[in-house]
Amino acid sequence: MKDVELKMLERAKALLESGEVARVIGWKKGDFCHDPSPASFESVEELDSFVYDYFCGANLSKYLIQMSKKEGKTAVFLKPCDSYSFNQLVKEHRIKRENVYVIAVECLGKLDIEKIKAKGVSFVTGVEVQDKEVKVTTPYGEEVLSKPDVVLTKCATCNKTHQVKDEEIILHERPERDVNRFEEVEKLEAMTEDERFAYWRAQLSKCIRCNACRNVCPACSCVKCVFDNPASGIAAKANDDKFEEQLFHIIRAFHVAGRCTDCGECSRVCPQNIPLHLLNRKFIKDIDGLYGEYQAGETDEGKTPLTSYTEGDAEPNDVFKGEAK
Amino acid sequence: MIDETLIPKVGVITDIRKDTPDVKTFRVVGTDGKKLFQHMPGQCAMVSVPGVGECMFSITSSPTNEEYMEFSIKKCGCVTEVIHAMEVGQQITVRGPYGKNFPVEEDFKGKDLLFIAGGIGLAPLRSVINYVRHYRENYGKVVIVYGARSKDDLVDIEEIQTEWVNEPNTEVYLTIDRPQEGWDGHVGFVPSYVKELGLDPNMTAVLCGPPIMIKFTLQGLLELGFDKSRVYTTLELRMKCGVGKCGRCNVGDKFVCKDGPVFRMTELDELPDEY
Amino acid sequence: MLKIAKERLNELYAKISETMGLFIPVNYAGEVNYKVWKEGAEVSLETLKTVKSPKNMFFPQTENMMKFKTEGKNIEIIDVRKDYKEEKPFVLFGVKACDYKAIEVLDKVFLAEPVDTYYQSRREATTIVTLACSKPEESCFCGVFGIDATAPQGDVTTWLDGEYLYWQANTEKGEALTALITALTEEGGEETVAGQRETTKAVLENLPFAKLDLSRFTPENLNDLFEAKEWEEMSEACLGCGTCTFVCPTCQCFDIRDFKTNEGVIRYRCWDSCMYSDFTLMAHGNSRTTQMQRFRQRFMHKLVYYPSQNDGLYSCVGCGRCVNKCPQRLNIVKVVKTLGGKKDD
Repeated sequence: MKDVELKMLERAKALLESGEVARVIGWKKGDFCHDPSPASFESVEELDSFVYDYFCGANLSKYLIQMSKKEGKTAVFLKPCDSYSFNQLVKEHRIKRENVYVIAVECLGKLDIEKIKAKGVSFVTGVEVQDKEVKVTTPYGEEVLSKPDVVLTKCATCNKTHQVKDEEIILHERPERDVNRFEEVEKLEAMTEDERFAYWRAQLSKCIRCNACRNVCPACSCVKCVFDNPASGIAAKANDDKFEEQLFHIIRAFHVAGRCTDCGECSRVCPQNIPLHLLNRKFIKDIDGLYGEYQAGETDEGKTPLTSYTEGDAEPNDVFKGEAK
Repeated sequence: MIDETLIPKVGVITDIRKDTPDVKTFRVVGTDGKKLFQHMPGQCAMVSVPGVGECMFSITSSPTNEEYMEFSIKKCGCVTEVIHAMEVGQQITVRGPYGKNFPVEEDFKGKDLLFIAGGIGLAPLRSVINYVRHYRENYGKVVIVYGARSKDDLVDIEEIQTEWVNEPNTEVYLTIDRPQEGWDGHVGFVPSYVKELGLDPNMTAVLCGPPIMIKFTLQGLLELGFDKSRVYTTLELRMKCGVGKCGRCNVGDKFVCKDGPVFRMTELDELPDEY
Repeated sequence: MLKIAKERLNELYAKISETMGLFIPVNYAGEVNYKVWKEGAEVSLETLKTVKSPKNMFFPQTENMMKFKTEGKNIEIIDVRKDYKEEKPFVLFGVKACDYKAIEVLDKVFLAEPVDTYYQSRREATTIVTLACSKPEESCFCGVFGIDATAPQGDVTTWLDGEYLYWQANTEKGEALTALITALTEEGGEETVAGQRETTKAVLENLPFAKLDLSRFTPENLNDLFEAKEWEEMSEACLGCGTCTFVCPTCQCFDIRDFKTNEGVIRYRCWDSCMYSDFTLMAHGNSRTTQMQRFRQRFMHKLVYYPSQNDGLYSCVGCGRCVNKCPQRLNIVKVVKTLGGKKDD
């Protein structure tokens, strides 16, 4: 990964120095080895804090809504999953494509520090990843963890590839994997209604209504969210495990259905680790079944199943019954 | 002392006066027909319409009025729109009084006073002006400069023209932004009018109005030689609790609801510029 | 000092629950938060940081305050807090030193005149049992605020070590609680506790944030810090969500809202966040229009405004929840490091 970081840094420097771009969006070092933050770099000096490592899980696409409106071009490093969000935002006219220079950057799956800590390993000072092993350094010695156990949930079943690039930095090819991203959804589908209801009741009751899922979501790009609009009549910040939280998340899932690229940021940022991505994946699975396979963000143009009509479309009744064609 | 901090009292609207196209003055008493609570000039109260919301308004009537309280309210949001549609007899809820008042019993005493207001900014000043009128002998000369967009936007114009102008040792200067038929008074913005008037910089000044008016009027006063420590104004920020707990009206180490709304200009200078 | 065998802790919880409500860290749906103890609850005292702090015991995320019944032009106000006053006393169990200190920070807001009686009634009805930390982690920095994680205050202080929970009452309330559970206790444990404290202290001293320098965060520097150009850069990645505020044990901003029901209007208050764009929104404008201003407000309030109003007490206790939970890894430590180091500016 260090070689990738150096290459990225080299390109960022060149782009800034030549004046081709006014800024580069990437990640900057944190206090530990595991807490980089998204950042924009406007000068070569600022790049001193640039980092690209196994903890750069954040999706940078949404920042381009603001950044692409700024003076001058913005270069951005996009991981495979981020590129879908980028396309979707271009399609929705949220990002000005002509103002962005996309550098596709490799990703072999990002790590989740919370999962590492949950394995009883704290004070992580460094990680080294080799195939399916993560060697973690701490002041008390080294620990070897299984990589699938400690990657971000969104990375666990990812097979995404870059959908947009002006250039690419890919030094290591990620092997194609045999994964089924709908496995968890299928487990939920196999439950009885009561079991499923109990599952979501328990999960959603943890919600503290911080709105991190919404604010990070590239599909949630409304200028003013209906839940923030005092004139909407449903603006609310209350946390009520009986009713409201369930509706908030379900309404949100409906709103992003057909546009959600399954980037998984909602689950990554949830402070209570609610598997919110499963709501979205259920929609994706149903859309696939009802309208034929569709992946939002594969292109930045064209019609989408939920915003176009064909005579062969599923009847509302099919949807209620949950019967795929 | 407020016994039930966040629980209001029920008030009844006993009179509604339409001051301008978008300002109405509401007279309020308790359900027993008596004044809801005592206050001092410049203090505010939380008025609410259950189901719609609660807002902070300055109490426009003078504390010397023992019978009722008045609120001059400009229609500009959800709550004020509903209040504007109300009729006499309608009940609302009121809690307060909140905030620091103008130092009428301390710094203002024995001083010549200059009141400068723009538009609805007269609301908090009306309370203090009428308080000063009531205890007229305690104060020196009073100069009032009041401006609005048009003659129809001057709040409480009747009281001003029939009562204030006839007070001894009191000068009243009115102005509107643009010439208008039926107006033979001064035309021009408050800040420039203030400079034209060449006011005595030894007066204690109280400013209230839109931020832009306050900014330029203050500049004008400083040019005339006024001392910031003798210039007061009021701030308005979003408030929910009114008692310095909900955090909304926090600016620097002050809460506008509790430490304001009345501030000396020298105090504002020490606050971060975020109000 | 007293001690209770670990395998008898469930008896302890059951005993307390007979007469009082017991709030304790419980693992529910995969996360540990303070919840009412019930038979079979998966108590997790070992969890260093509950997701939510125990602040919602006194200052719930949502609480109904009053009810309005309207008929024609008339309004009737019903004080629903009477319901709370009849609530039985409760015990808050397993509070860490940082979270205990945070209650002091909240007290200064809610118990200052005019007293917030909603908060006060719950606060007074509570006996707090604290639990010393023995395994701090890298995001902890309570020591910076003068907190001793190995000996928290509270009505009762406890230590968990080996096969026992060690128990020491500090106040009358604590003694009363101890009297209730004497059947489960035995004497002893001073040496074990002293040993644990010594070991933990050594870890605490060497934590990565143990040497954070707060000296620049004083009322005198208020305007300089406010004007610092670094706020732009520090807040750039901020999503404007409320995670930091909601997991923070000292954040106490709230909103008051009305909710229409079939039985009248309920006025409730709920947690609010200065990170939200509508926090300062008024009908005719907003005093903070950018995320930078909102981000700055949060940290200035914790590090400068609050201390300036409260004799230098910071409104941060170093619990490190924001360090762990910010989706984009922004936090108060980064602010302190960025702004705190430059004393000659």
